[in-house]
Amino acid sequence: MIQRILAILHARNLEFLRDKATLGWNVAMPLLLVAGMAAIFSGGDRASYKVALVQAEQEINTAAHPYLETRYFDFIAMDQEEAIQQVANHQLDLAINLNSGTYWINPESPGGYFAERLLEASSEEGAWLRQPASGDPITYVDWLIPGILGMNIMFSCLFGVGYVVVRYRKNGFLKRLKATPLRPVEFMSAQILSRLLLAIFVTLLLYGATRLLLDIRMEGSGLALFLVAVLASISLVAIGLAMAARVTSEELAGGLLNLVTWPMMLLSGVWFSLAGAPQWVQQLSNIFPLTHALTAARDIMLYGAGFADVLPQLLILAGITAAFLTLGAALFRWRGA
Amino acid sequence: MATAKSVPPILAVRELVKDYGPVHAVRGISFDVPRNCCFGLLGPNGAGKTTTVEIIEGVTPATSGEVLYEGRKAGAQFRQDSGVQFQTAALQDFITVRETLEMFHRLYRRRADIDQVIADCALEKLQKRDNRKLSGGQRQRLLLAIALVNDPKILFLDEPTTGMDPQARRNFWELVERIRARNKTIVLTTHYMEEAQALCDEIVIMNEGVIVTQGAPDTLLKAHYKEIILELPEADLAELPAEFPFSTYRRNGLVEIHTDDANEAITRLSRAGAPLGRLNIRPFRLEDLFLDLTGKELRS
Ligand SMILES: Nc1ncnc2c1ncn2[C@@H]1O[C@H](COP(=O)(O)OP(=O)(O)OP(=O)(O)O)[C@@H](O)[C@H]1O
Ligand SMILES: [Mg+2]
Repeated sequence: MIQRILAILHARNLEFLRDKATLGWNVAMPLLLVAGMAAIFSGGDRASYKVALVQAEQEINTAAHPYLETRYFDFIAMDQEEAIQQVANHQLDLAINLNSGTYWINPESPGGYFAERLLEASSEEGAWLRQPASGDPITYVDWLIPGILGMNIMFSCLFGVGYVVVRYRKNGFLKRLKATPLRPVEFMSAQILSRLLLAIFVTLLLYGATRLLLDIRMEGSGLALFLVAVLASISLVAIGLAMAARVTSEELAGGLLNLVTWPMMLLSGVWFSLAGAPQWVQQLSNIFPLTHALTAARDIMLYGAGFADVLPQLLILAGITAAFLTLGAALFRWRGA
Repeated sequence: MATAKSVPPILAVRELVKDYGPVHAVRGISFDVPRNCCFGLLGPNGAGKTTTVEIIEGVTPATSGEVLYEGRKAGAQFRQDSGVQFQTAALQDFITVRETLEMFHRLYRRRADIDQVIADCALEKLQKRDNRKLSGGQRQRLLLAIALVNDPKILFLDEPTTGMDPQARRNFWELVERIRARNKTIVLTTHYMEEAQALCDEIVIMNEGVIVTQGAPDTLLKAHYKEIILELPEADLAELPAEFPFSTYRRNGLVEIHTDDANEAITRLSRAGAPLGRLNIRPFRLEDLFLDLTGKELRS
């Protein structure tokens, strides 16, 4: 069994590595994307001001305090712990708690200084207790890079595997394999391994490049991050295999894959946080493996999470993998109808 | 002969039916493939040959009926023991001939010596060539080599020599003879009656999804024909002699005279003044039987 998987894996890798055009595309495209990011984001940070209002309810009552009416300020309801964390990371300029009369500020943040002066101006003297919260700034790039890496894994795994299997089926190569002792699971395992190796290789390359070029943040466990990448890749390959399990036309496969990748790219929080999105969108986003992978990756890279912290996400990814592999194996056909 | 009868056939096909929607490709055929023989499946285009062998090979599901290998339903053991050359098959791009063979080689428990297979199929000089860059006949040889990597006990060849030059075809025939000499069974479909006559110990002729006849070529010919054939170009025999009690047929610009008394026929032709310089006398061949039974011209 292992022999057979290795045989298919080896041949598939040779085929892929020698297909210079596709290989180049798979490596160069994401690298270009990252280079583009570097060019765009190496300049300043964002321009508007963000202040967290520590409170339980989502609604912000602007009448509660004159400060809340300040123009060009975004006020976001948040729980206290998260707000302090984000102030420390420069993601927020200030966090205020009206009930306890406390505010948190990062003494090294220029935005914080400005927001604080306005708060003082709109309040009576001695009304506030000042609490410092400091740390390295988290920039949008720090936040975005895990998203880009995840998106690249998604495209590579879904399209890479989906198209290949459909092409093999369409041209009859799978039919030829069917006449051998090779079993569907073995064939699928080889496809997963082959794509996993590529996805991880490219991701490591990109990760290294972004660390060097953009000096992105990495606070947590490298091993945990690696596991997230591996499980994310496998779960996405599994989805790709399930979708390509019996399709014989590349056009149909392409359509199906686009149907999955586009919503996933928009709703998994690749480009922007879903924290402010409607509840139903957030719930919908939970069906995508990429959402969980990105949550875990950002927790690790931005906030220093360890293996135990991202265990829930890892388990979800493993669950998605198991479900789609089972589905894929059940649906799999060597030949079209 | 009594002992030979008690050996079960290596392959038994029972009441095989295959419908493609309204198309009845195979309509309930049964036959046995004896051990260590070369078994020919013949028939005109669309007769159902490929459908039949692909059902046996396990790559096409039958509508009904069953295939028994060594007396049991063909399954995992059959796939280990069989070698298959499809009428058409795609291979991976960017992989060389040798790499392709090595990949298939590793899928099996029993493995032939890969260099021997390469030599048998005359692929030595093509080992490093990309699959896509093979000519039609070279590709055919590679497909055959793939079918041989597991030293199969039973080998299926679906029109193996289509696209081969005469030299390659002769080599192929010799190879098939060598394989059979090693106690293997071969199931061959072909359009070349000459090939079937040269190679097959046993044949089945199919037409429109049913078997029209079955047996050893020589036995079939003896059973069907007591006569021999005199062939004359139509130009040399515009009109038949007045008294001429023989069956005659016109085919491909030739007049065929079927007779069991060649001397008498020739005497009458000569008396009628027909030029006999281009007269050809020959026994009935498999091709004649094929045409008589299927009523169709062969594909060239
Ligand atoms: N996938 C399919 N869908 C529908 N009809 C099919 C399919 N495959 C074969 N047929 C039909 O089944 C019949 C038998 O086809 P088959 O390929 O078995 O013929 P064959 O004897 O191998 O012919 P040839 O000598 O041309 O190779 C034909 O009428 C063909 O059109
Ligand atoms: Mg055929």
